[in-house]
Amino acid sequence: MASTQVNPTRMELTRMKKKRITAIRGHKLLKDKRDELMRQYLDLVRENMEVRKRVEAGILSANKNFVIAKAGMSEAALNTALMAPKQEINLVAGEKNVMSVNIPTFEYKTRTADENDIYSYGFAFTSSDLDGAVKSLADILPDMIRLAECEKACQLMAAEIEKTRRRVNALEHVIIPEAEANIKYITMKLDENERSTQIRLMKVKDMMLEEAHKYSEK
Amino acid sequence: MYKIAVIGDYDSIYGFATLGLSICPVKTREEARDKLHQLAGGKYGIIYITEAVAAELKEEIAEYQEQTFPAILQIPGVSGNTGAGVEGVKKTVEQAVGSDILFAEDN
Repeated sequence: MASTQVNPTRMELTRMKKKRITAIRGHKLLKDKRDELMRQYLDLVRENMEVRKRVEAGILSANKNFVIAKAGMSEAALNTALMAPKQEINLVAGEKNVMSVNIPTFEYKTRTADENDIYSYGFAFTSSDLDGAVKSLADILPDMIRLAECEKACQLMAAEIEKTRRRVNALEHVIIPEAEANIKYITMKLDENERSTQIRLMKVKDMMLEEAHKYSEK
Repeated sequence: MYKIAVIGDYDSIYGFATLGLSICPVKTREEARDKLHQLAGGKYGIIYITEAVAAELKEEIAEYQEQTFPAILQIPGVSGNTGAGVEGVKKTVEQAVGSDILFAEDN
């Protein structure tokens, strides 16, 4: 596959040999990286799917509860009840390095420790369905945060796996065979040159002998 | 210190306000797009976005896919689950493995 022109010199040969060794090493390392990434990714994506299904089911039932709650009271009263939230969430985000992919980690802190602070209203003028609805939503919050972690990590890792796989394939099927073909081409060419020099010298020697002594080896 | 935001139609997201999440009710595509860019540029670590709105903002969401923060997630809205969230997970499997070998039998 020596499609590109290479100079058949010793220097080029050394260069090609070095390139081949580096490529083989890089190929092995990248392949290991890909395998490990894939292993971790598969674990993570299974969890991702599981958490997502749980969250979606949770949101669905919470939405149902909210619709029921809304039906039980006037729109204005509902808006007033939810107007000023008591609770606030602060997210502490970190980064974790998994096989050179930076994946996010989230931890959250609520502003107040009291878990009843999710009810931002007095209980006198709201329907009890609203309490249930708010509670059902609060219950799935930890799962939602975990989902954010998982899903983002999966996206980032999938992109990295794709990139690594392409590199592995490029090395395996393009760079390494090309280097090998070039090495073969240069070795052949150098051998050929050497033989041709040898023959030329022998020929010259013959001619010189004949000229000096009228002597032929034949 | 990051915060969490929810983008979507008001009916789907008003409940999240009680938990201390910032809610951003949007009506039009343009409004949603501007809001998304504004939140992503700000100090929001997680942005939940309803599937209905996310379907209109595919390109904008894809822009942030490569970044570590923010994490943008689709959640079902009040109008029902379109399956776009699960589809997204399957898509990453396809991207990583080449074909969906894990969840193909779920369909």
